[in-house]
Amino acid sequence: MRGLVAVILAVITATFCSVVPNLPAIGDANSAPNRHVTPTFIERSAEDTGSPNIVTGVIIDYRGFDTMWETSVMFLAGLTTVLILTRNPVGRRPEEENVAEAGTVIK
Amino acid sequence: MIKLKDPFGGIILNVAFRALVPFTIVYGIYVLCLGEFSPGGGFQAGALLSVGVLLARLILGSDAKFNIAGQTSIVMAGLGTFLYAFTGWLTLFGGADYFLDYNYMPVHLEPAHEMHALAIFMIEIGVAICVMMTIINLLDSIVKMGDDDGRTE
Repeated sequence: MRGLVAVILAVITATFCSVVPNLPAIGDANSAPNRHVTPTFIERSAEDTGSPNIVTGVIIDYRGFDTMWETSVMFLAGLTTVLILTRNPVGRRPEEENVAEAGTVIK
Repeated sequence: MIKLKDPFGGIILNVAFRALVPFTIVYGIYVLCLGEFSPGGGFQAGALLSVGVLLARLILGSDAKFNIAGQTSIVMAGLGTFLYAFTGWLTLFGGADYFLDYNYMPVHLEPAHEMHALAIFMIEIGVAICVMMTIINLLDSIVKMGDDDGRTE
């Protein structure tokens, strides 16, 4: 099983690496992402969003819903870290010996 | 183990960072307010503000003025996230068809850019609070692993 996982990961890694030479050059004006919505954002951002900063206009206004869940994910990640790292016994599963004791009580 | 209840460091930390704290916090607020016009915004401002609060706690321990710790910071992080979603709901109350459509903020401002600016500012405040409190949370929970009972105060 572990060997199979290693083979799958190697294949995925090789696929990803083989794609790298075909990526568009950085700053290429004719690459696919630069021809799709980017010109529209650059032209209309100040007029649509009222923000002179295109980055703010895109992440808060055009992509506002995405940023909302991004914030939620970060909050939940922080909350989960607190729950894992805090050694608060409330709400925890019982320790091993407690499980054994509970088992004897049931018997 | 470090507990951050007591100040530590000594005279160098005390003298050098004591001058740094107010400027860090003011710069964080500056980045937050100018995020609409210049590079910056909620995420960066939150990181700066959390550094200010944490430095103050490093210097003064639990006597620091802005000592936000434990459950307060968890609640505030949730409130920051809520402020973002609440802005979306405000636009819905104003009659928008879509969530976060800033043309329908319930206050009327001319031109329509101003309503966008107001909504963007509210959202960035929410994001900044969430990021700030989450970073404080992370440091708190890591540091509290060293406590004996492990409870938040």
